[in-house]
Amino acid sequence: MVFAVQRFPKPEFETGYLQPGTLLPSPRAEILAAMDVAILVLALSVISWIVLKKRSRKGVFWMSLFSLIYFGFYREGCVCSIGSIQNITLALFDHTFILPLTVIAFFIIPLIFTLFFGRTFCAGVCPFGALQDLVAFRPQKLGSRLNAVLGMVPYIYLGLAILYAATGTDFIICRYDPFVGIFRFNASFGMFVFAGILLISGIFIARPYCRFLCPYGVLLNWVSRFSRRHITITPAECIQCRLCEDSCPYDAIDIPVTTKDPENRKIRVKKLIWISLLIPFLTFAGGWTGSRLHITLAGVNSKVRLAEEILTPAAGQGQPESLGLTAYKSSGKAAEEVYSEASEILDRFYNGGWILGGFIGLVFGWVIAERMLSKWHTDYIPNKGACYSCARCVDFCPVKTDLSEIKHEKT
Amino acid sequence: MPTRREFLNTLVRGSILAGLGLLSGALIFRKGKERECGFDFNCKNCPRSNDCLLPRPLESRQMVWQLDPSRCIQCGRCATDCVLTPSAVKCVHVYAMCGYCDLCGGYFKPGTKVLDTAAENQLCPTNAIKRKFVEDPFFEYTIDEPLCIGCGKCVKGCSAFGNGSLQLQVRHDRCVNCNQCSIARNCPSGAFSRVPASNPTLLRGFDQKQTTTNIKQ
Ligand code: SF4
Ligand code: SF4
Ligand code: SF4
Ligand code: SF4
Repeated sequence: MVFAVQRFPKPEFETGYLQPGTLLPSPRAEILAAMDVAILVLALSVISWIVLKKRSRKGVFWMSLFSLIYFGFYREGCVCSIGSIQNITLALFDHTFILPLTVIAFFIIPLIFTLFFGRTFCAGVCPFGALQDLVAFRPQKLGSRLNAVLGMVPYIYLGLAILYAATGTDFIICRYDPFVGIFRFNASFGMFVFAGILLISGIFIARPYCRFLCPYGVLLNWVSRFSRRHITITPAECIQCRLCEDSCPYDAIDIPVTTKDPENRKIRVKKLIWISLLIPFLTFAGGWTGSRLHITLAGVNSKVRLAEEILTPAAGQGQPESLGLTAYKSSGKAAEEVYSEASEILDRFYNGGWILGGFIGLVFGWVIAERMLSKWHTDYIPNKGACYSCARCVDFCPVKTDLSEIKHEKT
Repeated sequence: MPTRREFLNTLVRGSILAGLGLLSGALIFRKGKERECGFDFNCKNCPRSNDCLLPRPLESRQMVWQLDPSRCIQCGRCATDCVLTPSAVKCVHVYAMCGYCDLCGGYFKPGTKVLDTAAENQLCPTNAIKRKFVEDPFFEYTIDEPLCIGCGKCVKGCSAFGNGSLQLQVRHDRCVNCNQCSIARNCPSGAFSRVPASNPTLLRGFDQKQTTTNIKQ
């Protein structure tokens, strides 16, 4: 391709004309990115303190409003913890990809806080959660079956996002990011429609993105299950008054299962055998299906598409050639190079298809297993994985005394 | 005395923490591709400082999107595919490369007879290019950036008939630096890439340092 040929010599001006310089605006200063990380840490510390020590719904609300304004409307969304999954993945698979430190920070820090304090990030730092929390006016109960089925979507989304990031195809979390358009007051029509659907349904189904889409939520969910501390509904002891039963808009409160082991041993063993057969089977079946689908999955990769187009030119069939083909022709790249790149990507998709499918099968099996085996517990407790630590339930508990208050009264 | 459950929890928590630590360590100290400079490490006047291939130190690792004008085929997607309207991509005029032609291939539609500023003669759909008489026979062309939509029509004209001094660039005062640039994913020629924020332009064909003015946002 010919580019920047000096066809006409530079003029010699006689009138003392001064040639203007080309203005090149600088990007956002790097120090501001460091400040974002500092604010992230600060916000996480404050929200964890509000949730665990102050136990104040009001505090959570104001903190989430701050985060919505700062991380949402001021920072305009990028880079967020949810999207950073893809940067991390791509960095692991592509050694030429440069990963800024701030991206690592945005990925790791919320996970570490969650490991110690539960999902306080979701309560008051994530702008997506904050936005959806604001509109959850009339939350309805969905029932545990629907919750379980829809709850599998984030796993699939996470798997796909990792597959597409690892193959360097696309960042689908960013592509189908519903809210970033709202934060920027500027988006394509499709984006606004998606955001509108989520926000309107969010009036009745609280936090639809968090519960049934968010891929980072999957990681937070699993990390939070092992958190050191976690919000409790009651400050002291649960008296089983049932007042908090309907307080959680996200169906995240586990109601007591008091009949200890209702089944006899035989049934239980049978169930366990079933599960231990089912999970490997589903994993394998999923993997097999995934590997069959690898060509379809790879169809969106631009290099694969280009190779296909060179092999079977569409121009002969009366369609105009695609811009990708035009660009390829003017680049003077050899067709063999394109083919070998594409076949390498296809190989990756084949392996990725096995892993993705196996992963989805495993999740499927796990969800079934979890529903088959009931767990015994006496109190009303927030489910450590699903709870967003929003502290709504706290206000419903009639037990208000905790030890510190008693001490205070005595003095 | 911790129960067995608590003990297990602590164990898993410890392993998750260790795993996260290992992951971030691996990411921070990960080795980039072995790169070679090919020049003599005299970076100050390096003609390739725009696309330096050497690994960069950690602190300058903030990345922004930029397009490489030498790969761009002016397909028009820069105008339509940015998340912002109008696009963050604009035409940038590199005066240092300009021939100040009377018959500007970037300004006039092909086949224009009368070389005047009448709107119907102009290639630019928004009349964003201003033509000013300097001295016979030279004219200065300036991009009125708020009007430019980044369609690249003028760039195509200029690189076909002129010196290639009009080039498309992501303007960093407008670009919100999406995690994945939505033009990049649709650019047919793969012209977009992440470049260091400390050196965020990819103008081609001249020595950038001497002839441009960097303005802070
Ligand atoms: S679940 Fe995802 S979107 Fe929702 S608050 Fe948590 S990180 Fe944000
Ligand atoms: S999308 Fe790519 S090829 Fe098209 S105008 Fe923009 S940089 Fe050029
Ligand atoms: S022709 Fe297109 S790219 Fe050139 S100045 Fe006009 S709007 Fe901008
Ligand atoms: S990074 Fe976003 S704002 Fe910048 S040019 Fe690309 S799409 Fe436009």
